[in-house]
Amino acid sequence: MSTRRFFAAFLVVSLLVAGVASYYASSHPDGLEHVAEQTGFLDSAEDSATSDSPLADYQTEGVDDPRVSGGLAGVIGVAVMLLLSTGLFWVVRRREPSDASRDPGA
Amino acid sequence: MHVPDGFLDAPTSIATGVVAAAAVAVSLRGARRELDDRTAPMAGLVATFVFAAQMINFPVGAGTSGHLMGGALAAVLAGPWTAVLCLSVVLIVQALLMADGGITALGTNITLIGIVTVVVGWAVFLLLRRVLPQRLSMVAPAAAVGALLSVPVAALVFTGLFAVGGNAPVDLGAVATAMLGWHTVIGVGEAVITGLVVGSVVTARPDLVHGARPLIAERELETRKVVAS
Repeated sequence: MSTRRFFAAFLVVSLLVAGVASYYASSHPDGLEHVAEQTGFLDSAEDSATSDSPLADYQTEGVDDPRVSGGLAGVIGVAVMLLLSTGLFWVVRRREPSDASRDPGA
Repeated sequence: MHVPDGFLDAPTSIATGVVAAAAVAVSLRGARRELDDRTAPMAGLVATFVFAAQMINFPVGAGTSGHLMGGALAAVLAGPWTAVLCLSVVLIVQALLMADGGITALGTNITLIGIVTVVVGWAVFLLLRRVLPQRLSMVAPAAAVGALLSVPVAALVFTGLFAVGGNAPVDLGAVATAMLGWHTVIGVGEAVITGLVVGSVVTARPDLVHGARPLIAERELETRKVVAS
């Protein structure tokens, strides 16, 4: 599989997972929250300073349909992640080729 | 397992913040060895995928769910130093944009999900790679085992942090037992997802799997006659 096709597929899968599959994720509290509730320290949790963010809790503010609201938040998150992480790694990367790809005849 | 603000006191949160900052600084240097024109976009996609996959909570019983952490997955696909950075970006975006995980708890979450799972996942993977037959087919199972162990260890480290700086006076034995119990089960989910994803990438493009590189060098190149189409 060509690199371009592989990367495109990887991105599409991420978009589908975040944009579509996320709607079907379990809404039960996760392991930590469950333990905190059972053993009695859940109440010490405080709201994050960003809990008023338009994408807080993976829902898009102003969008009523829960599927679209969640899916859009996921897609926006994926887009932000792709830009930030690829940007970071592009800047951090080595410029010269690694030993493995160096031409042995050169 | 995103820790919210308020679970741990200020000194503990500051301490994990320092640890997280130091790990990111060291990983920025280490990642240079792992990232080039080809693997940098791959690492970006790995981080992006981990973000997406962490949204998929799966039920683990009795009204509880788990979700992928992704440390072992990222380490095997993109390399351990890069993996720390991948998870850190994921956690920062989650905390700032989605209010998933507290801001003062960011250092704690990076320590647990960005450092502990990567270290454990990668160490176990390396051990298995050394011991198992040197074939591509061992990469995904070895990554899965690394993933399996990484989750309960992270849960234990949280319990340790909670013992030192928990804000609520709670029976530590009960916390430890419950955390370990649930996160062992969640670790199974982590292992399944990690095994499937790593397996898929190894099948499609093994050269893009950081953990598979020494195994590719071992493969013989063979030429075969093929019927002209």
